[in-house]
Amino acid sequence: MPQVLASATPRWYSADTSAPPPAALDKATLDKLVRTNKVVVFMKGNPQAPRCGFSNAVVQIMRMHGVQYDAHDVLQNEALRQGIKDYTDWPTIPQVFIDGEFVGGCDILLQLHQSGDLIEELKKVGIVSELLKAEEAKDTAKK
Amino acid sequence: MSKYSAKYLEDKLKEKLDATYVQVCDDSDGCGGKFSAVIVSKAFEGKALLQKHRLVNTTLAEELKEIHAFSQKSYTPAEWEKVQQQQ
Repeated sequence: MPQVLASATPRWYSADTSAPPPAALDKATLDKLVRTNKVVVFMKGNPQAPRCGFSNAVVQIMRMHGVQYDAHDVLQNEALRQGIKDYTDWPTIPQVFIDGEFVGGCDILLQLHQSGDLIEELKKVGIVSELLKAEEAKDTAKK
Repeated sequence: MSKYSAKYLEDKLKEKLDATYVQVCDDSDGCGGKFSAVIVSKAFEGKALLQKHRLVNTTLAEELKEIHAFSQKSYTPAEWEKVQQQQ
């Protein structure tokens, strides 16, 4: 039976729910991905335009400490989004890695930042936090 | 959006983690998709920060599939005492 669609009829396409979900990235791929830099962040959006408040908080913390890091936008890649959650057995995004080790999400980063432990964690991998530099500059000025 | 309430989460955390203090806030304007929690429990003693959070995530594994934003502050009774003194 021929189907005729009037040109005025709006047409839209929803996701084909019968299609299998994209496979999650495998462990070997992620093992490499979490080590491309000393600090690697999996987030929603990118550091210039975070698309979630929690991801934004992590970006702001990294900026305060002057950390150079690699960021991956999980919204661009469903296999990455699922893969990283499976990899860490952690249910939420953002996820932060230091030296290939999973550190935590937004809550943990914030707490490490507030307690000063983040400065120590960064020092272990040879990153001197800008906050530490500022602190030391102040101390020198006092002397 | 999610069928969970702050009260439900509080009760579950209290029971499963034997928590001495739990406060869950519904930050979602009632839609049930966003919560923040403060949890104080002896179950956290001797655990690193990441392990504490993992314990809570595991306890709420089923719920977190539907709740898309969950933020937690998890303390041992001793840590909680310090936090309160600072306030």
